[in-house]
Amino acid sequence: MSQIAFDHVSHRFDAETVVDDVSLVLREHRIGIVGANGSGKSTLARMVNGLVLPTAGRVTVDGLDLARHAREVRRRVGFVFTNADNQIVMPTVREDVAFTLRRHKLPATDAAARVDAVLDRFGLTELADRPAHRLSGGQKQLLAIASVLVAEPDIVVADEPTTLLDARNARRIAEHFASLEQQLIVVSHHLELLEGFDRVIVMEAGRVVADDAPRPALDAYRALIA
Amino acid sequence: MIGVFHPGTSLVHRAPALLKLGLLTLIVTVVAMAPSPIVLGAASVLVIVLVAVARIPLRLAWSQVVPILWVLAVAVPVQVLFGGWEAAAVMAVRLVLAVALAAVYTLTTPVTATLDAMQALLRPFRRWVDADRVGLALALTIRCVPLLADLVREVLEARRARGAEGSLTALAVPVIVRALRTADHLGEALTARGFDD
Ligand SMILES: Nc1ncnc2c1ncn2[C@@H]1O[C@H](COP(=O)(O)OP(=O)(O)OP(=O)(O)O)[C@@H](O)[C@H]1O
Ligand SMILES: [Mg+2]
Repeated sequence: MSQIAFDHVSHRFDAETVVDDVSLVLREHRIGIVGANGSGKSTLARMVNGLVLPTAGRVTVDGLDLARHAREVRRRVGFVFTNADNQIVMPTVREDVAFTLRRHKLPATDAAARVDAVLDRFGLTELADRPAHRLSGGQKQLLAIASVLVAEPDIVVADEPTTLLDARNARRIAEHFASLEQQLIVVSHHLELLEGFDRVIVMEAGRVVADDAPRPALDAYRALIA
Repeated sequence: MIGVFHPGTSLVHRAPALLKLGLLTLIVTVVAMAPSPIVLGAASVLVIVLVAVARIPLRLAWSQVVPILWVLAVAVPVQVLFGGWEAAAVMAVRLVLAVALAAVYTLTTPVTATLDAMQALLRPFRRWVDADRVGLALALTIRCVPLLADLVREVLEARRARGAEGSLTALAVPVIVRALRTADHLGEALTARGFDD
């Protein structure tokens, strides 16, 4: 597993401090982040691949500072967004997965083999030539995840990947996440998604207020919002 | 609608995208320049043959041409008024032919193949143009068509639900705001996928 380190990290939008002096070292396989709306979870998650840079402090992945090496780190960190519609670029399912690999300059046969393997893994083979924008919400999210994983990242960050899905699709996505060998950081309001995780971080007003195994951390969070 | 690929194994499907693109450009140019009935007739026969060889379902082919008929419904009467029947007919046939030829191309060519063809085409100019970037811009343009169509449909529904049916503001403002926000998200997602220069 990689080591993701937040060293006295803060982030301000104008006058508002959204992330407030957070220090964390993340080495676990599966890490969950929970917290009320606006508590700074998305901002924190985005910092792991440099989509947001801290206004104070340092974020590093295996010692690489995001402020200077965002491009290198991004190659190793995949990001899954809440709304797959914003992430899908190409017209068909297969093309969208293949699109990720365009920057990797692989030989065409290798790229095609990797795309096929990922489509198969996520049960998208049958839909491969369908227009991506006409998939169901659950299928779109599977496609978004497949398009991230085809690049074989070391770390996958997902910001509320199941929020727009019904219970059944949310469970399917959760199962896929559980089967990933990659290091995983998931922001979620679906607390049951995080129960099998190794560590759960609870955010409140930009600060980490609990950081523990899932059971005690989620209990602390439930007490907080009760 | 643009961006719908109809998979197949016909000769038209298998022909190199660059060749198809070249022929498309050539034929559309000829149709546009030479208004003789023989040329237009030959081009019409060609379109029918291509649709048949590519085994494109008639309903799908028809749906590609329908949008242009709406344009013609307005343009033809105007042209009749100013240029007479003959000019109007030639214009209508040319437009339909150009759209049908372009449709045959998009229906039989995956966007990826078009991107690869563009990159091959731009390779000699790589000192001045970034072929990857041109390809990306093209892909995004194609992606935006269904995205924008969905957006307008959703906003129209929301407008109807709120009883603001006549209001242009109630259409334009949310469409523009959401289009800009979508562009923002799409940009962010591209950055996350490593397309960040
Ligand atoms: N681009 C931005 N410009 C200004 N303020 C922002 C921006 N992005 C987020 N914020 C503010 O930062 C705060 C934290 O936002 P963030 O998205 O990190 O919260 P969150 O915990 O992910 O919330 P949610 O559960 O609603 O997704 C919010 O008050 C939000 O208004
Ligand atoms: Mg959020």
